[in-house]
Amino acid sequence: MMDRTEIENNVTPEQLSKRTLVTQEPKPKKRRSIIKGVIYALLILTAIICFIPFLMMLVNATRSNDAILTGFTLIPGTALLENYRTMMEYVNIWNGFKNSLIISVLVTLLTGYFSALTAYGFAFYNFKGKNFLFVFMLVMMMVPGQLGLIGFYELCKNLGILDTFIPLIIPAIASPFVVFFLRQYIQTTLHPSLIEAARIDGASELRIFHTVAIPIMMPAVATMSIFTFIGSWNNYIVPLVVLFSPEKYTLPVLMGFLKGSQVAQNLGSMYLGIAISVVPIMIAFLFLSKYIVNSISAGAVKE
Amino acid sequence: MKNLNNYGYAFIAPFWIIFLIFNIYPVALTFYYSFTNYSGSGTAEVVGLANYQRLIADSYFVEAFFNTWKIWGVNFALQIVIALILAAIFSDMRVKMKGLSFFRSIFYLPNLITVSSVALLFGILLDWQHGSLNMVLMNIGLISEPINWLNEPASAQLSVSLILTWMWFGHSFIVVMAGVSGISTDFYEAALIDGANRWQTFTKITLPLLKPILLYIMITSLIGGLQLFDLPMLLTDGIGSPDGSLNTMVLYLYNQAFKYNNYGYAAAVAYGLFIITIIFSAIVFKSMYGNERKQARRV
Repeated sequence: MMDRTEIENNVTPEQLSKRTLVTQEPKPKKRRSIIKGVIYALLILTAIICFIPFLMMLVNATRSNDAILTGFTLIPGTALLENYRTMMEYVNIWNGFKNSLIISVLVTLLTGYFSALTAYGFAFYNFKGKNFLFVFMLVMMMVPGQLGLIGFYELCKNLGILDTFIPLIIPAIASPFVVFFLRQYIQTTLHPSLIEAARIDGASELRIFHTVAIPIMMPAVATMSIFTFIGSWNNYIVPLVVLFSPEKYTLPVLMGFLKGSQVAQNLGSMYLGIAISVVPIMIAFLFLSKYIVNSISAGAVKE
Repeated sequence: MKNLNNYGYAFIAPFWIIFLIFNIYPVALTFYYSFTNYSGSGTAEVVGLANYQRLIADSYFVEAFFNTWKIWGVNFALQIVIALILAAIFSDMRVKMKGLSFFRSIFYLPNLITVSSVALLFGILLDWQHGSLNMVLMNIGLISEPINWLNEPASAQLSVSLILTWMWFGHSFIVVMAGVSGISTDFYEAALIDGANRWQTFTKITLPLLKPILLYIMITSLIGGLQLFDLPMLLTDGIGSPDGSLNTMVLYLYNQAFKYNNYGYAAAVAYGLFIITIIFSAIVFKSMYGNERKQARRV
């Protein structure tokens, strides 16, 4: 955080000289409301630009290939079912949906539980090498995922787990950033005396973690879970490298597959395929938008 | 009483076992491969620094480096300017705009969509002859000839930059707004009383106080930008067309390893990318906080 003196250093020199000179005339009310109107119009325009690609996608998903080739209108067509049939003939998009969902849910659960476990271990026990391990974890946090990609592929090949979901799910147990975030959180929210009290009552260490620590950590776990889920859902390069069979493809990889398939001949079906991958996320966002926005704000200010 | 502290090891054990196997070992293995001529099968022969020598002289990698920077840079400049303008609008004490949460959600929406879906969508929307974007632009008379967005190096790179801006400005806006709302209103009230105009308030109060937040956005965006992969991979043919203009560093890494089976060389590309990321993060950090130290000394 920056303190007051810092701000004054930045503000005062130029400002002081002007302070005495500037007197503000109150602006007429009418002018202000015109400015406000113009700003609203610009904001709405920006919102429309943001939304237009989705709108085109939705409209085109209902139109036939020939109609799309001749021009664009906002009036929906009638080829929705036909597009759907064409698409399903070559690519089963719901399968990709199912795979992505299974992987993302398991990843989110594993990340949440094991990160909480690790964070608790780091926060409330004093064992040898604790600080070293924690700092080492922070250093490794800076390493981008691509750095180990080739080694990761070789490892999976040697373990015989290529073309399975294991390399996409199991590594989620070790998520340094989530551990870091949760440790910061639990150190300020859980008082050690609470743990002591539970010990005196005869609770085992693991039980204390489950009944005392987890409920207290829950809000932070939920915040992190959103990002974990989105990250896993959108992950492209790792499943692209480890999965080979189309029936195991996750949604993002299936999208790439769609592009190279016969479906690409029919633009209406392409738009529909993309729409199916996008619309459920939009609907989920409708309900969660406030929560997601708050999580992003919280994450950024905490940094 | 037995020593409870040893339970700590049990609590962190699952993390470390998985971390060692799936994180540290692959990173180390990649490092080893970067000194070999491994091709995905057979034995790896140690070739010393040959891969790194090749990397420095590799015009494709250098091109990928500059492509990544151009695409990221244009996107970042646009994104941050839009985010700051929006934040200035919504934090203005005199105008008091409504609808913050509505606009924030709409602006953020593109960020949630899977990048590969975004790439596919724009791939067909930007199509030269049959893309809906050209058709709409021609209908409303903004252009008379269809623009071949994805066939000219400059416009293809610009397209990727604009798509990235579209995806990320809402996110930056949320983060900037979080920073702005953390600034005490006392400062703004004082500025108002002192008769500061909007521009002065913005440049002398908001911007300096947002510095840590802007640094956060810049570094996270830079790290993400240097790893740009999905969008250029799926927007055109997957090897950086047109004319190698969409060839980014990670795309190059991916193709070297999994398309051409040059695992050893691709490992060196990965480490080259890592070193570049560290250097530039350090430069960004220094240039933003170095100034501060200089100022402090002056005062």
